[in-house]
Amino acid sequence: MSEPNPSEPKVSPGRRGFLGIAAVGLGGAALAPGIRLIDIANAAQPSSGANPAVRWGMLIDTNKCASGCTDCVTACNTENGLSGGTLPTDSQWIRKIELKEIKTGRTASPPVMCQHCADPPCVDVCPTGASFKRADGIVLVDRHSCIGCRYCVLACPYKARSFVHEEVSDQKPDAPRGKGCVEGCTLCVHRLDQGNPTTACAQACSEAGHGAIVFGNLNDAQSEVSRLIRTLPTVQLRADLKLDPGVRYRGPG
Amino acid sequence: MLSATSRAQTRSFWALLGLGGLLLAIGLAAAHYMELHGHAVTGMNNQVVWGLPHVFAIFMIVAASGVLNVASIGSVFGQAAYKPRAALSGLLCLALLAGGLLVLMLDLGRPERVIIAATHYNFTSVFALNVFLYSGMAGIVIVYLWTLFEPARYAWSTPVGVMAMLWRFALTTGTGSIFGFLIARPHFQSALLAPLFIVLSLGWGLALFLIAQAALYAWHGQTLAPEIERRMARLLGIFVLASLYMVAMQHLNGLYFTRQQPFEAFILLGAQGGAVYALLFWAGFVLAGSLAPLLLLLHPKLGGARCTLAASALVIAGAFAWLFVFIIGGQAFPMEIFPGYLESSSFGDGAVATYAPSLPEFLLGLGGVAAAFVLTLSGARVFDFMPNDARVKTRP
Repeated sequence: MSEPNPSEPKVSPGRRGFLGIAAVGLGGAALAPGIRLIDIANAAQPSSGANPAVRWGMLIDTNKCASGCTDCVTACNTENGLSGGTLPTDSQWIRKIELKEIKTGRTASPPVMCQHCADPPCVDVCPTGASFKRADGIVLVDRHSCIGCRYCVLACPYKARSFVHEEVSDQKPDAPRGKGCVEGCTLCVHRLDQGNPTTACAQACSEAGHGAIVFGNLNDAQSEVSRLIRTLPTVQLRADLKLDPGVRYRGPG
Repeated sequence: MLSATSRAQTRSFWALLGLGGLLLAIGLAAAHYMELHGHAVTGMNNQVVWGLPHVFAIFMIVAASGVLNVASIGSVFGQAAYKPRAALSGLLCLALLAGGLLVLMLDLGRPERVIIAATHYNFTSVFALNVFLYSGMAGIVIVYLWTLFEPARYAWSTPVGVMAMLWRFALTTGTGSIFGFLIARPHFQSALLAPLFIVLSLGWGLALFLIAQAALYAWHGQTLAPEIERRMARLLGIFVLASLYMVAMQHLNGLYFTRQQPFEAFILLGAQGGAVYALLFWAGFVLAGSLAPLLLLLHPKLGGARCTLAASALVIAGAFAWLFVFIIGGQAFPMEIFPGYLESSSFGDGAVATYAPSLPEFLLGLGGVAAAFVLTLSGARVFDFMPNDARVKTRP
């Protein structure tokens, strides 16, 4: 310890108190934003995660799907920031398939996307667990642990997965994408988690007056989608595989 | 003082190492280019997601398992002629495994995340199981080589050799099952693929071994005893026949099921635009890769070292043709989502996908082969992998 310098002005007790209060005030002002950030971060943590009592799904009535109508596709692209390009290397989370029955010539034009299977093959084959199924039945890809092996693309019987072949721009904050990762329909999980009751495709279809896509909770017997599936004859795509898809179709299949 | 032969050998070694290193560097540069620009610069797309790099990688991984069969015949089945070849067999196994995994890793969409693949496992995934099988294989072969090179540990070479044999069966079962467990694609989905890959591995591995062995003998200015050369050539002939049988069974299996007949017609007859696959299958795999080698290996008026070498090279060429047909053709053929309907869409539904390999993909695959070459060359330079038929007779 050095001796006090007699030439320095002596700090009075009152001044000492003021300095102490000022230090506490400044420290508080400096720390408060950090503490506030911690509060925000804690608040942002999911309180309970996806609800296991819910099974999200949809019914697509192909009788109401006009050939050439792409309202659902456009809505999906807009919602999730996809370019809408149709090159073989472009991502397509939902596409319209034009069908013609070989025997009769009957036509249909259903949209096909991830079927959010109860037993998804993409989840089975993913080496890192990046492909996963939420408790509410939504099948997703964790952007942080997908290594881009593309095994899930091979494993999906619905061709519902796309591999991001090049840099992507104009991303939506709620639908992060990345070169070198696999992606697919998220059933607009960001909307559902924010309390929105439906997906972009179902909403667009409904707003355009087609009403071909009905979205809802398959586990809720009172929901419209459950009621329709209970009363109308519907099919699962590739039902032979017994994957229990969350998407049902009315019409061909 | 080095002799003139030694100096020439040293110069040749560095020249070959330089060539291998250059090809490896080009391969790495190609991988970097692919990573920088994305897979858009390859011929791959959303229908054919596994391209030429997978052909190279799977060839090397399957051949890595098969090449170790030489060691198994010596250490497990006690065949004296194969025992001196066990070490070279182990070296080639390690080198091919490393080359194959290098290509597989660098072809990932996010190769820098390979650490995730090494730390996060989903045990329902054949891929994740294979990570253990590949690393375990390398570990066992390193221990096996140690037992061969360390006289005090030589007695352990048999139990470790048994372990290595069982492990490589598991490894090739795992590689075949990558495709066999794909429920989405009926033409892949078959338990037959596991034994098929094991049988194919035996031929591919032995063919590579014979070429490496011939190079090593030439390097040392020695000649392989004709009876050993003849014996190994006959064995290759048997493996080629067995491979043909297994591939025939795989296609007969497909032809029997009505729903798989369109795919068989695509691959075997070139229907629906599958001409390139039918050509590669018949001319590449059957004719050049199987029948021609059989003739060279088993015809009483042919044979000899040159015929064996030519047959080995043809077997390897046939392997690439078969893998191209199997991997690319299997993806190019459209999946049926709505049976009984003609399908068309902006995403290639109902249509045969096109795939034209790009230069970076080819260079990456070649880089993997170069890596295996550099490892083999360096190993053979540093350690004594030259089969010594005289020495084995004095060993217990």
